[in-house]
Amino acid sequence: MSARRGLLALAGAGLMLLMPSLAHAVAIERIVSPSGIEAWLVHEPAVPVVALNFSFAGGASQDSDEKAGAASLTTNMLDEGAGDLDSSAFHERLERRAIEMSFSVGRDFTYGSLRTLKENREEAVELLRLALNLPRFDAEPLERVRGQVLSGLRRASTDPNSLASRRFWATAYPGHPYGRENRGTLESVARIGADDLRDFARRVFARDGLKIGIVGDIDAKAAGEMIDRVFGALPAKGDLRPVPDVTMQGQGTRSVIDVDVPQAVVIFGAPGLARSDKDFMAGYIANHILGGGSFSSRLYSEVREKRGLAYGVSESLVWFKHSAVVIGGTQVRADRTGDALSIIEQEVKRMGEAGPTADELAKAKSYLKGSYILGLDTSTKIASQLIQIQNDNLGIDYMTRRDGLIDAVTLDDVKRVAKRLFSHGLLVTIAGRPKGVTSVGQ
Amino acid sequence: MMTFAWRRIVPAVAAALLVSGVLAEADTAKAAPDGPKVSNFTLANGLEVVVIPDHRTPVVTHMVWYKVGAADETPGKSGLAHFLEHLMFKGTQKHPAGEFSKVVAGIGGQENAFTASDYTGYFQRVGREHLKTMMEFEADRMTGLILTDAVVLPERDVILEERNQRIGNSPAAQLSEQMDAALFLNSPYGRPVIGWRHEMEQLSRDDAIGFYRRFYAPNNAVLVVAGDVEAEEVRRLAEETYGKVARRGDIGGPRKRPQEPQPVASRTVTLADGRVEQPSLQRIYLVPSVATAAKGEAEALEVLAHVLGTGANSRLYRRLVVEDKLATNAGAWYLSNAIDMDKFSVSGAPRPNVTLAQLEAGVDAVIAAVIDKGITADELERSKTRLIADATYAQDNQAMLARWFGASLTTGSTVEEVLSWAQRIRAVTAGEVQEAARKWLDARRSVTGYLVKDKSEVAEKKS
Repeated sequence: MSARRGLLALAGAGLMLLMPSLAHAVAIERIVSPSGIEAWLVHEPAVPVVALNFSFAGGASQDSDEKAGAASLTTNMLDEGAGDLDSSAFHERLERRAIEMSFSVGRDFTYGSLRTLKENREEAVELLRLALNLPRFDAEPLERVRGQVLSGLRRASTDPNSLASRRFWATAYPGHPYGRENRGTLESVARIGADDLRDFARRVFARDGLKIGIVGDIDAKAAGEMIDRVFGALPAKGDLRPVPDVTMQGQGTRSVIDVDVPQAVVIFGAPGLARSDKDFMAGYIANHILGGGSFSSRLYSEVREKRGLAYGVSESLVWFKHSAVVIGGTQVRADRTGDALSIIEQEVKRMGEAGPTADELAKAKSYLKGSYILGLDTSTKIASQLIQIQNDNLGIDYMTRRDGLIDAVTLDDVKRVAKRLFSHGLLVTIAGRPKGVTSVGQ
Repeated sequence: MMTFAWRRIVPAVAAALLVSGVLAEADTAKAAPDGPKVSNFTLANGLEVVVIPDHRTPVVTHMVWYKVGAADETPGKSGLAHFLEHLMFKGTQKHPAGEFSKVVAGIGGQENAFTASDYTGYFQRVGREHLKTMMEFEADRMTGLILTDAVVLPERDVILEERNQRIGNSPAAQLSEQMDAALFLNSPYGRPVIGWRHEMEQLSRDDAIGFYRRFYAPNNAVLVVAGDVEAEEVRRLAEETYGKVARRGDIGGPRKRPQEPQPVASRTVTLADGRVEQPSLQRIYLVPSVATAAKGEAEALEVLAHVLGTGANSRLYRRLVVEDKLATNAGAWYLSNAIDMDKFSVSGAPRPNVTLAQLEAGVDAVIAAVIDKGITADELERSKTRLIADATYAQDNQAMLARWFGASLTTGSTVEEVLSWAQRIRAVTAGEVQEAARKWLDARRSVTGYLVKDKSEVAEKKS
């Protein structure tokens, strides 16, 4: 549902001429540092802040089963001492200048983010250089951070959200790195040593898989020098383990994990679309109509608005380098889990069989075009979007082309892709004590 | 390092949220040194307006904050403020249920709402050209809400599921709810914002409409608009929309609630649940908010929370996690935005083979050291630098700035006070921080909560 009516849509189109275009609002400049490293820059001097985001090719899927969690532990250790600075000294230098530095891993990439007041840029750059080039991985912080990871894993071991999610991925990708949780298991994390962290850093922190986005009060020349200082001394090439392409498994099965909670956590999904799939945008729209957006999707309307079965329900496209899924979730009262599940299954099936209406398509397009800019109103949001566009190979002009790509999608396109995505059943995992709902086809 | 769940996010705004005319006064444009240029004026019908320009992207954040929250509920009707917040999406005489949300979605906007003890807020984030449309809809539902049982009853099921999702499924959240109830002996802050289940089950359409008529009016609200706009334009649009909503004479006065007595006994709460795989300990002290504190005291408590428990070099983390190896994590926070007294928390999770009693003794020693010997000049400087920088970082996020002003103005602070926040932090002395610790971190003012798998984990404390 939802979106503006025809009349409003026309008024909106007229206004487009008056408002600054997205291209103007976010002017992306491709810069190349003196040593030849490329970055995308948005120069925005209005606020005295500089945000630098970057990613390296290679994430948690680089871990072995034996040492699952090594990539994640590495990123947790990067601000725990580097160069001549031990953990305490490193943190003190960050805090003294209110510099924000964080690292994380996804399945395919390792991400970093630096945010600093303009006046503290030199110090921020130096600390980031040390973290990436000379991390220490000292024993004291390693044991401490390992303890924190294990503590989190122990908490997760009885948390219904974690249990349902872990089961979903394990069933979807058995025997593949995508089937593991990024932070590993209680057993694998216990096995990881400092050498494993050094090995991950050596293989992944390299210039060939590096993407950089910079936003804020910094010009191209200063940005180029900053990049060289941080990344210039890293090896030219990484040393990545190959990760095989894989298709999601387990469609048509359902598995219930018994845990004593008043609500059942339900996760459902099916094979999705590669980001490079020519029907990606059509699929993105189909998914939005079924389970995306805020208060407007078919699932939201049927499960929450009409029946009050859950506080929320949503579904989205998730894509990796080597696979893709559509995945959704909800939390419903235990005695009506069966009702909620059959409504979700019906709606998915209905979308697969008939697709959306022309009206739904028009409204979804309008939403998806209009909402993009909302994700670009802070330096860090823009910087992270610059990274995403580069990793998805969409081109530096993607932001200006995006409306056209959405407009080009026809009702037939959406019906075709909806049939492909939503006609073959779901993989469902449930944690809780859902009344009358049992495991199927395992 | 791992990110702490209790880390500060927004300066001065960390309240426990549930997500989801004619000018009477001349307007004033105010700016803190290097800060945003904020305008503030009041319409003839009493609606206060704050405008925070940010021209970097053609987007606006439009928020209406009502000066009413869970603490204003009649006893026995817990959860009503939040229930009404949900029902505000169910349509008016002019716009049937769902139309507002459809329009927001149709222009690619985002919307939601939230309820806390002292305020209830509604917001949309949209392209700048849609601001007036949002104002028209929001002004319409300020007084035009229509409710029928057909929409009220399924929504009551939704809030019950929201309670299950937030509280029922999480032992830590259950403990937190019990601790609030034990901390506040007389203040309505002891009631959960989401409500007690048995009372939520009885909430009716008439309850909601009664509450709505009692509290929703322009002279009991604050409009905050941040983004690609100027004050003059917002003033004109606000007059054309909100300006047409009539003032209601019987609301908008001082919000007097039952006050806490002088606390005389420390309290403990233990929650044992088989699902708890990582025990933890939290102590909450009853402390002043910005609104109730003596001059400089809330700022000293901000610095104290930072020195004690924010970051890897904070006292609690350094001592308990790094040096004595008692805890996997430890931290502190202070909630400053409240009409009445608010909360100061210290907490930690023990390492395996460390008891909660050992950890608690460690926490006590850290607090005692600050009370006895104060903090160092270096700690003071580092904390102040970080807190002041937060105000600059906030300028990079219009939605965050809007929340900061909204939460402050609905809990008794003024625009001037928000803008002078950095200056006031800068003025805090080490002596004031020590004095704040001595005066407020008194065990008699506190509740200590133990989250355990099995009661025996705390029993040994008594032996």
